Amino acid sequence: MSRLNLSRRSLLKAGAAGLAAAALPMGLARAQSPIVLGAVYVGPRDDFGWNQAHATAMEILKTVPGVTVIEEENVPETDAVSQSMESMINLDGANLILATSFGYYSPFVVELAKKYPDVQFRHAAPLWKEGDPANAGSYFCYLNQGHYVDGVAAGLSSPTGKLGFVAAKPIPSVLSNINSFLLGAKKTNPAATVQVIFTGEWSMPVREAEATNALIDAGCDVITCHVDGPKVVVETAEGRGVKTCGHNASQAPLAPNGFITGAEYKWSTIYAMYADLLAKGEPLPNFVAGGYHNDMLQNSPYGAGATPEAIAAADAAIADLKASKPIYVGPLKDNAGNVVIEGEMDNYDPVLDGMNYLLEGVVGSIT
Amino acid sequence: MMESAFITVLIAMLGGAIRVSTPFMFVALGECLTEKSGRINLGLEGNLVLGAMVAYAISFHTGNPWIGVLAAGGSGLILGALHGYICKLPKVNDIAVGIAIMSFGTGVAFFFGKPYIQPSAPRLDAIHLGDWTGNPALAQALQVNPLFFVGIILAVAMSWAFANTRWGLIVRMTGDSAASAKAMGVSVDWVRFLATAAGGFLAGVGGAFLSLYYPGSWNQGLSSGQGLMAVALVIFARWDPIRCIWAALLFGAAGAIGPSLQSVGISQGYYFFNAAPYILTLFIMIASARSKGAAREVPGELSITK
Repeated sequence: MSRLNLSRRSLLKAGAAGLAAAALPMGLARAQSPIVLGAVYVGPRDDFGWNQAHATAMEILKTVPGVTVIEEENVPETDAVSQSMESMINLDGANLILATSFGYYSPFVVELAKKYPDVQFRHAAPLWKEGDPANAGSYFCYLNQGHYVDGVAAGLSSPTGKLGFVAAKPIPSVLSNINSFLLGAKKTNPAATVQVIFTGEWSMPVREAEATNALIDAGCDVITCHVDGPKVVVETAEGRGVKTCGHNASQAPLAPNGFITGAEYKWSTIYAMYADLLAKGEPLPNFVAGGYHNDMLQNSPYGAGATPEAIAAADAAIADLKASKPIYVGPLKDNAGNVVIEGEMDNYDPVLDGMNYLLEGVVGSIT
Repeated sequence: MMESAFITVLIAMLGGAIRVSTPFMFVALGECLTEKSGRINLGLEGNLVLGAMVAYAISFHTGNPWIGVLAAGGSGLILGALHGYICKLPKVNDIAVGIAIMSFGTGVAFFFGKPYIQPSAPRLDAIHLGDWTGNPALAQALQVNPLFFVGIILAVAMSWAFANTRWGLIVRMTGDSAASAKAMGVSVDWVRFLATAAGGFLAGVGGAFLSLYYPGSWNQGLSSGQGLMAVALVIFARWDPIRCIWAALLFGAAGAIGPSLQSVGISQGYYFFNAAPYILTLFIMIASARSKGAAREVPGELSITK
């Protein structure tokens, strides 16, 4: 297994096309036989958010000859997901499982990957590491780059510079979105602050609405969020005449007056790559990740809330990200005053995957 | 600074009490009526979710949210009647049926609610009671939906009716002693059937509030167990409609503590503060259930006390 020692960073740099060529040697057991793909979602497929982003992209796989897609939604991150995946394997003959929620990975995907070595498992979070089962893997888009662009636009669209963020749980990818949003805003308005409220749940509509109201009452005039379905947050803010940035999928239709732009996944790039490899009977890579530089992210079309200067600055920021210009440029302090980033960090530096702090300028706490 | 933060949290709690309490109020009043007649309907979570879905769908198709509210009540009525009918059959346990109805109601709502997650339906309007204050946070907190007042009026009416009307006395009598009711020539099953159906109607209306006013959209995580909590609130309120209102208000206000504390910068321990409503309910329940009076207020025919 020595070829497993490909560094993750070199994989990332290679981009999606290069990845296919550099693919690791573990293939699908029956690569040439028909592919039955089981997709598991944690919520409804049309939630204006995370699950919708996946399900929309999954449509691409359905068009590949010889690929059958079976889907199950509303599967909790508990033993239930093991049962769902096992029934897909045993009853439907699934030989590729796409587990699309963070909490599915450990222990559920890991255990099943050991139990069913002939089945390939891919999981949508940067959790696979060397030493994990070779028939498991991760794919991920660094959405924080999209939130950075949101921040750049928000900094120029907010009269007060007080931005609000409704966040679900303080896990690294959420924290990175908050911090990137702040850094983007600071780029266009150095005095900008981001106030964060954690709801503690991925989907808790009433509390999300309460959090949005609390942020607006505290004076925030642009609200964004990282929860599974941003619909409630965006609609509540729009109802109170406050601008919004989106998350996961486009919420532009929900906020005709105040929508600025939003960070969106482009899972279709990864899924199309999987489909292509499957069609050719080639093995899938264990780890795929990316962002703007390899076309795995996009920002929602600008809404009425974005000022012309904001649009120009956001477009420039997207161009920078496509050129792999770093977001995290030290020295950066966390909001307790400790220096957490010394120099420049590559946008895909694995150190960032372990982010456990909020930067100076973020009002809030992760505990 | 400290003082203004304190006031912000208080205003948020006031706002939270008004915004969040209404569904709890309706479900709790519905359950109160059902339990007063001697039957427990744990299925009101199903009514709430189904009501939310039906209200949103009907409002979307007719363009009139109030028709949606009525339809939600109707869907709740049907579920309640179903519960009431099944429990009339011999040797049926109302708690088990309630759990089945809960799964059934949410399942039906998810199944038919699929196409309504995306579209935007017309919502209920609020009455702006606080605009004269000139304080935007207070003005926001005092935006009240008419259903909130309907709930309060209903509670007062129910409380009065239980004490002063023939119907109220019959409901209480079937709840306290089925044998006496039979001796009076009252059909116990029929009274309980009607009380369960009417309670179901109220819970359905509570669901309409969720999807048509606050948070004001339909999705599958909308209720997140509020119907179950409201059933617990009835015990907490010891089967008194007026106390149901207080319990719902308290629960709503406590729910606002978590987010608003974070908004004023007290961000440590938000998991704990987000759990405030449950912790509070638990403590008050322990405190209130210890009194001797509490035992007297339980309807004697409830299957949990028999």
